Amino acid sequence: MGALSGRQKVGWGVITVLVLVYALFPVASVFATSFKLPSELTSGRFLPSSWTTTNYEQILVGGAQDLFLSALRNSIGISLIATAIAVVLATLAAYAIARLDFPGKRLILTAALGVSIFPVISIVTPLFNLWRSIGLYDTWAGLIIPYLSLTLPISIWTLAAFFRQIPWELEQAAQVDGATSWQAFRKAIVPLAAPGVFTTALIAFFIAWNDFVYGISLTSTEAARPVPAALAFFTGASQFEEPTGSISAAAVVVTVPVVVLVLLFQRQIVSGLTQGAVKG
Amino acid sequence: MASIVLRDIVKEYGDGFKAVKGVSLDIADGEFVILVGPSGCGKSTLLRMIVGLEDITDGDLQIGGERVNDKAPRDRHLAMVFQNYALYPHLTVYENIAFPLRLTKGQYSDEEIDRKVNLAADTLELREHLDRKPANLSGGQRQRVAMGRAIVREAEAFLFDEPLSNLDAKLRGQMRTEIARMQRKLGTTTVYVTHDQTEAMTLGDRVAVLKKGELQQVASPRGLYEQPVNLFVAGFIGSPPMNFLPGQVEGDSLRLPFVDVPLDATLRERIGERSLVIVGIRPDHFGDVALLRDGQDAGVRFSADVDVTEWLGSELYAYVPFDTHPDVAAKLEELDRDLDGEGMRTQLVVALSSESRVRDGDTADLWFDPARMLVFDPETGENLTRDDDLARTIDEENEEDRKAALERAQARERREHDQGRDEARAS
Amino acid sequence: MSADVAPAQGSETVRAGAEQERRNRKARSDRTRAEARLGWYLAGPAFVVMLAVTAYPILQAVYESLFRFRLTAPGEREFVGFGNYAVVLSDGVFWSAMWVTTLIMIVTVLVELVLGFALALVMHRAVTQLRGLLRTAILVPYGIITVVSAFAWFYAFDISSGFINSWFDWVPGIDENLNWFAGQGTSLFVIMASEIWKTTPFISLLLLAGLAQVPGELEEAAKVDGATWWQVLRRVIIPNMKAAIMVAVLFRALDAFRIFDNVFVMTNGANGTEVLSLLAYRQAITRLEIGMGSAISVLLFLCVLGICFIAIKLFKVDLAGARGEK
Repeated sequence: MGALSGRQKVGWGVITVLVLVYALFPVASVFATSFKLPSELTSGRFLPSSWTTTNYEQILVGGAQDLFLSALRNSIGISLIATAIAVVLATLAAYAIARLDFPGKRLILTAALGVSIFPVISIVTPLFNLWRSIGLYDTWAGLIIPYLSLTLPISIWTLAAFFRQIPWELEQAAQVDGATSWQAFRKAIVPLAAPGVFTTALIAFFIAWNDFVYGISLTSTEAARPVPAALAFFTGASQFEEPTGSISAAAVVVTVPVVVLVLLFQRQIVSGLTQGAVKG
Repeated sequence: MASIVLRDIVKEYGDGFKAVKGVSLDIADGEFVILVGPSGCGKSTLLRMIVGLEDITDGDLQIGGERVNDKAPRDRHLAMVFQNYALYPHLTVYENIAFPLRLTKGQYSDEEIDRKVNLAADTLELREHLDRKPANLSGGQRQRVAMGRAIVREAEAFLFDEPLSNLDAKLRGQMRTEIARMQRKLGTTTVYVTHDQTEAMTLGDRVAVLKKGELQQVASPRGLYEQPVNLFVAGFIGSPPMNFLPGQVEGDSLRLPFVDVPLDATLRERIGERSLVIVGIRPDHFGDVALLRDGQDAGVRFSADVDVTEWLGSELYAYVPFDTHPDVAAKLEELDRDLDGEGMRTQLVVALSSESRVRDGDTADLWFDPARMLVFDPETGENLTRDDDLARTIDEENEEDRKAALERAQARERREHDQGRDEARAS
Repeated sequence: MSADVAPAQGSETVRAGAEQERRNRKARSDRTRAEARLGWYLAGPAFVVMLAVTAYPILQAVYESLFRFRLTAPGEREFVGFGNYAVVLSDGVFWSAMWVTTLIMIVTVLVELVLGFALALVMHRAVTQLRGLLRTAILVPYGIITVVSAFAWFYAFDISSGFINSWFDWVPGIDENLNWFAGQGTSLFVIMASEIWKTTPFISLLLLAGLAQVPGELEEAAKVDGATWWQVLRRVIIPNMKAAIMVAVLFRALDAFRIFDNVFVMTNGANGTEVLSLLAYRQAITRLEIGMGSAISVLLFLCVLGICFIAIKLFKVDLAGARGEK
């Protein structure tokens, strides 16, 4: 491709601005709202006239602190554990699928596909009943287990696709070069597989972090309620006050890490999302 | 059909890299021109500029007398065969060939399309494959489908981008003759890019040799072989490549590593003050003294220690190592790099008749005709022995031959056509 | 002597050969069996967990759906057969939720397909430095929690805290008194906008991967063959990425059919915006009508299966093929 002509440059500039506005405008809107004074929420204007951190104080050190900070802790903990379990199980399964020939390989992949299209709400109703009777209702474990239905299938698909591309002969080559089989695995395969596992973990985490249905259905208190569910249960400082400011502030707090992860690992996320989806 | 005229064509990329540095070339209507050169010489870029897939940075491009620099590829009415054929995988062979016609929306009726596609399919022997998808075709068949797509277009010119490089050697030979036959028959202006000099020598009416984006020489294959303008062209054309030896000028004789060669007056004058020159002798210009018939003039004789021999059935290659002069070594290494060479050791390659008994380790008695020796300036690489008049004559003869061949091919085509019509009428 | 030894030797060799063959076969089958065993040891846990967290609950739901059962009155549990289904299917609320869900699915998927394709084309054509920036920007909506997206759109359109009304008051029909969440049409508009904003990046990345698989040479060949930009797109690029498009559409359609978060946050199903997932949630979790909720859940599950079936049979979507499985 040659140098862009002046007109092309302008064209691309316009397109880039359009895409940026599309992608960032709603985020900017919440961001702006989170810095508004309660009295200014109904101004009908986009930007606050004076920037205030009241809303952040409210959720981090103020009245809504218990609600938000515990939800944040729950979300991080539950999502991380669900991701870790899913990635470990999926790594083993994907290794078997990519490297071994055994009957039922297709069955596993089909099952993963089937599970990934399962309507969450269809699982939630029976679990709600069951968790109540065996005491998992409103606990971390009570969310981690159903989260596996979200994180495990996509992890299996993504990792299987990643692992298929690893040149496994390298392991043998390393052995011929004098490595023990453990060394061969450690030095030749792990470095190649690690990026795929990491990317998968990132995507699985996003999915767990995003959950709402399980979060509101299977919890009732701060003991296990994750952030998305907590946002929906936020109330204002007083009964007559809309919780708009606090919710916006909380939304910004949970969005910042996502934006940072996206900025850092843009390339990996894209390859991970498309790996499993299209042959190549 | 149209002529193609290139005037000082320049391609400069965004990073300032110049891929093509001012190439001018006149391609006559109906002519078959080859663009050849080592990889990175700009030949493909030049072709893509002609077809409109690359923008032209500077210069003029005319097709059929009209400046087309700023026209989109679709408005240039050219047809191109890509290196990987670029067949549409979702379409059958029939639809692949019909594709350019279908794009014109309503300009061709279904019957017309059918007639054209079938005609092309007959020419290329694709009749029984028309309903298949490209994925199920062999390499040669894909190649033919790509050509079919070019034929139905009734384009102003055909452009080929290394079309045979993905085929195996045997098929390549077959397709080469097929392309030549098709071009003669249709008489369409053709520009053909290759790095393979066999293709260049056998297919082209004229061959344009490029090096690092600069045109070196445009001439008939024979003109290039016998009258190259410089060291690069001489080294690029011919297989095995021409031997280059250091030649020290000592009075009226030239000292080569194995033998002293007397200089005739013309050559002596052209060498002038130079004390060191590069001498080029083609491998097939050597002979085995043992095989000389009685009384045959042997030119210059010398004996040399043969390192390795290769017997190929039709001929025998003997490799003779020699020490090169340090002053020309650098120049020859540079040449080798330009030619994509591997930086091999200095050795003389001698192509002898296959009856020769010269074997590995022998000291062989060899001869060559000093009149066929080329002498190059060690600095500029210019060919000092080039005879411009002779070069012109060779190219003129070649042009006559081409026209005659074209006429014969088209006469035969008419005859076959009439015959076919008579037969059709008779039945 | 040699005459009678030779056959013996021959049979000996034959027997040895057969023995060798048998041993080989045994060794081979042992190896195969060992590989199969290892395969299941490794993949088994994941498989079992997947079944446990989905197959078991859905079977449980099927079972529960056959009872009239309310958590607040556990004693009154009563087998009613398909009674719950009869009630649900004869209720207008269910059918209206079904209609709204289908509408949301169709509109969002169509808009996302067009928008996603445009974005994919933009990313595909962009020069390398720009591509990174564009991809990063596009990933932001993907990474954001759906509930956050719902709140963002809700607050922007909300009559008291929103700015859309004052920004777009020049558009006929929009003024500062327009309450977007008071009517069905306007509410669905905002709900779909949020859904589309959040999920288009995913579809566009799938389409981008599909685009990248179309060899650039085909596009060039079509241009030389005389195709206009539009013809290249329609006749060469799109047919060659059909598999990617179909997979993207199916995945998004199934996802859109399960829509819950956006509706819950913005209207909670008021003003004719009730969707199937929300209906099931309300029955089972809010009203504790486990039997009825299970029946709706099962119906929703059957709908999803139906969509899948139609896509695979009718449109020949090759999920396995398109997803990298040979």
